[in-house]
Amino acid sequence: MEDTIAAISTPMGSAGIGIIRMSGEKSMDILKQIFQPKKKNQEFKSHTIRYGHIMENNKVIDEVLVSVMLAPNTYTKEDIVEINCHGGQVIMKKIMKILINKGARLAEPGEFTKRAFLNGRLDLSQAEAVMDMISAKTERELSGFAVHLSGELRRKVLFLREKMIQILANIEVGIDYPEYEFEGLEESEMIAGISSILKEVEDLGNTYENGRLIKDGIKTAIIGKPNVGKSSILNALLRANRAIVTDIAGTTRDTLEEYYYLNGITLKLIDTAGIRESSDVVEKIGIEKSIQSIHQADLLLFVIDSSSDLEAEDHRILQEIKDKKCIFILNKADLENKITRDHFVADYPSARFIETSALTGYGISCLEEVITELFDLGDIESSDSLYITNLRQKEALVHAAESMRNVIASVEAGLSEEFWAIDLKNAYLEMSKIIGESLEDDVVSQIFARFCVGK
Amino acid sequence: MTEYVIDVVDVIVIGGGHAGVEAALAAARSNLKTILFAVSLDSIAMLPCNPSIGGTSKGHLVREVDALGGEMGKNIDKTYIQSRMLNQAKGPAVHSLRAQADKHAYSKEMKKTLENTANLKIKQTEVVDILVNENRQVEGVKVISGGIYQAKVVIIATGTYLKARCIYGEVSIDSGPNGLQAANHLSEKLRSLGIELYRFKTGTPARVDRRTIDFSQLEEQPGDQNVVPFSFETKEEDIKREQISCWLAYTNQDTAEIINANLDRSPLYGGVIEGTGPRYCPSIEDKIVRFADKERHQIFVEPEAASTNEMYLAGLSSSLPEDVQIKMIRTLKGFENCEIMRIGYAIEYDCINPLQLKPTLEFKTISGLFSAGQFNGSSGYEEAAAQGIIAGINAVAYIKGLEPLILDRSEAYIGVLIDDLVTKGANEPYRMMTSRAEYRLLLRQDNADLRLSDYGHQVGLLSEERYQAFCVKRDAIAKEIERLKQTILGLSDDLNQFLEKQGSTPVKSGISLYDLLKRPEINYQALSVIDKDRVPLSADILEQVNIQIKYEGYINRQMEQVEKYKKMEKKLIPADIDYDQIGNLRTEARQKLNRVRPINIGQASRISGVSPADISVLLVYLTH
Repeated sequence: MEDTIAAISTPMGSAGIGIIRMSGEKSMDILKQIFQPKKKNQEFKSHTIRYGHIMENNKVIDEVLVSVMLAPNTYTKEDIVEINCHGGQVIMKKIMKILINKGARLAEPGEFTKRAFLNGRLDLSQAEAVMDMISAKTERELSGFAVHLSGELRRKVLFLREKMIQILANIEVGIDYPEYEFEGLEESEMIAGISSILKEVEDLGNTYENGRLIKDGIKTAIIGKPNVGKSSILNALLRANRAIVTDIAGTTRDTLEEYYYLNGITLKLIDTAGIRESSDVVEKIGIEKSIQSIHQADLLLFVIDSSSDLEAEDHRILQEIKDKKCIFILNKADLENKITRDHFVADYPSARFIETSALTGYGISCLEEVITELFDLGDIESSDSLYITNLRQKEALVHAAESMRNVIASVEAGLSEEFWAIDLKNAYLEMSKIIGESLEDDVVSQIFARFCVGK
Repeated sequence: MTEYVIDVVDVIVIGGGHAGVEAALAAARSNLKTILFAVSLDSIAMLPCNPSIGGTSKGHLVREVDALGGEMGKNIDKTYIQSRMLNQAKGPAVHSLRAQADKHAYSKEMKKTLENTANLKIKQTEVVDILVNENRQVEGVKVISGGIYQAKVVIIATGTYLKARCIYGEVSIDSGPNGLQAANHLSEKLRSLGIELYRFKTGTPARVDRRTIDFSQLEEQPGDQNVVPFSFETKEEDIKREQISCWLAYTNQDTAEIINANLDRSPLYGGVIEGTGPRYCPSIEDKIVRFADKERHQIFVEPEAASTNEMYLAGLSSSLPEDVQIKMIRTLKGFENCEIMRIGYAIEYDCINPLQLKPTLEFKTISGLFSAGQFNGSSGYEEAAAQGIIAGINAVAYIKGLEPLILDRSEAYIGVLIDDLVTKGANEPYRMMTSRAEYRLLLRQDNADLRLSDYGHQVGLLSEERYQAFCVKRDAIAKEIERLKQTILGLSDDLNQFLEKQGSTPVKSGISLYDLLKRPEINYQALSVIDKDRVPLSADILEQVNIQIKYEGYINRQMEQVEKYKKMEKKLIPADIDYDQIGNLRTEARQKLNRVRPINIGQASRISGVSPADISVLLVYLTH
């Protein structure tokens, strides 16, 4: 039996209605588990549309229309279910997650078409086109899937994978070299390791639905001394007059928060009160909050008035942002500039610099590009944790966690280590999927790298 | 030189090692006229390195060879001097049988078996050429005297003899293992046939005089009380004999110091040795250098035979000069006055890149030419025997026009071994390890007969009598499992009292014996109190019943994985596929596919450098 596959088949983002498609033998089973039709007690007939709700734990997730097409007269020649739901990313990803929990598998790129072809649905002349699509799409997917992970997340996955293989190698060397003594892990250390790996895998997996980067966006604080144009930058980004902008320094007395969608990324923009020594009590609270924002933010947009010299407040901020991911915005570029990137490059080598004029809109699109780029490179690290953003990663982590739970079940059932190894190896393979590499011979190499065995 | 035809046969086997003997026996026992050539008939089935058969995963291989009708298991049963079941603290899947062999007896017994096999001639000479006609079909061999032997199939099993060179310290001698004559002529001929050769390296430790060891300083390692035979045909009571102990010693800081001080004289570190050495068989100098902070290394002191004083020092493989080896060994506690009888050495030899072989072990480019054993880039006696019997069986199939025998990764360690060799190639001598088997829980040494007897019978290497006995055993297992499933015990005080006594949770309703047995704390033996209808069954049947019930959950999960795996193995790729016609394959994938020429999609997906997208492209291409 082929797996039942599912995928979001409309482009992510703006569309009002999103379609999730599922194909395979279990499609109807899965649908029945999660879909509550308005008209109950009615058979699902082929090629009909039903109205109802997607449910999870008795809670309505979304109001949807469901098209049912039964094999063999379908695109893939398998049972197909299409769920027309509300097009937001969060909703669609949530429904996908439910489908996967119920036993569907995330479709590979081009897999629906591939099945259509393999099941004899497409004619001969279309074969070439299918192959083109598979190779092209996969290339793109792979780059999206693996390259995304160059930052902290990749390190985290590698770290967990390393912990897994360490235990695995330990088990395997014990099995293959029972007579040798080695300075390996004690059983209790392995069990502790397995539990801690499970927790970390689960935590990482949970960041998908709870993750701020998805739900709340990347915490982006706009900072700078008063009246350098922070709110203007915010407005230029939002293209709406959300923050009050005046010429009087200290207008923004509290922090303002705005959600901002940028090329599929959600930013939570925080406009902070200008930082300066103030006697005004209200303003003082605002400034404290600003400093706090710096420390809590994932990304800083440090706005500098490039038309005037740096002041004490600027230096104070420069002190605070030392270790943060920061974009220097040299604002008021429309005026004669006294400050350039050369003032900072030496001390902040990893910072990015952009000249803007919030007034004319100059440099704003450039700023957007830089933010997107940083995100794509995985350069933006969250201040207190890591987040996954991709359903494939989520799926792999769910499977890895499931495998780790099986390992613990084997430990608890008092089974010997070769039973632990079965699921530990699966977990390891799932983690390898996330980073898009699976080195062959891994375990065997690890055994000989770590342990001195052999005649 | 005058050339003359001496004999015309069906199968020629070059080499009388563990691969060669299994191949020759499989062919001869299938009623094909067979000749086995060896450079020395005194070295048939010689054990030039460790004096033992089996061990983790290797023990599995021996039992599989036996289930197919091979000889290794029976021969070690006849000649073992100590036997142990390793990994007994762990579950049944990784129990591994290992026996110390009496080297002399092992070799002698095997030679006797060969000599008494109908259709088989064994001859001492060096084969210098393989005759191949213009259709790339093998026609026979030429020996050093100029004589020609014609045959339909030639199986190369030259082990470590091809262009062999032994090295210790600054000395290197062009000889095969154990000072035997090397085979120096065949390499060039193989190259001229277009066969790609590698140069591999391995090594062996010194043998020392038992009388010069103070055993009071060593830990004794006796054999098991209950000896489990390797062969499913051997009865335990027939092979009971007094066992000889092995001993455990340790290196120390002095050993390390001597080695470190003399590294400049090591051919390994001095660059004299070019061959690729195996990671799992590091020399002691390797261990000391790579694991510098390890305080001591174990040395297993094993008797070479009952009738000799020679002791093998496992763990002390070395190619250091003789004087360093002497000094080094004498640093070991109990070895202060030790006398070396044979010095340790490294050996380099020619072997092939196994990617040139089909999974049948026939060369892709020369029909009728097969190869097996260390010549294929593997290491170890058991790995050799496993390939030998498969090459032999497939040589017979080739001649008789029958389906070849290709075991897959879910059926046998043999399948894993051969698939790895012909799909991934070998960068170092390939050693079997249980870690290499994906379905370890299914590929147990205890069920090798259940997995493979049908094949052994099909190819005609299992006697009718043995096969019938096997069928009876298989039925009895199934019947007993069924009975345990069907026997439901009603709720009763007796039942719950029994459970309490076993430290098990009481039940609230009826339960089958089967479900009771699944509980870890309850075993078949204990169950007899409440299992009134049971009939006595033999231990091997009970073992299977017990394993299959106790580990059902895991076994089923592995079976599901196997299902998925098999689906890909069933998608065959036509032998004449032209990968250059498939435009969408990435260049790397196309090159690798062309090189390996996998027989099915499953094998293709295991080639490194072939991505899932390439596999999809291939699937789509194959469909039209």
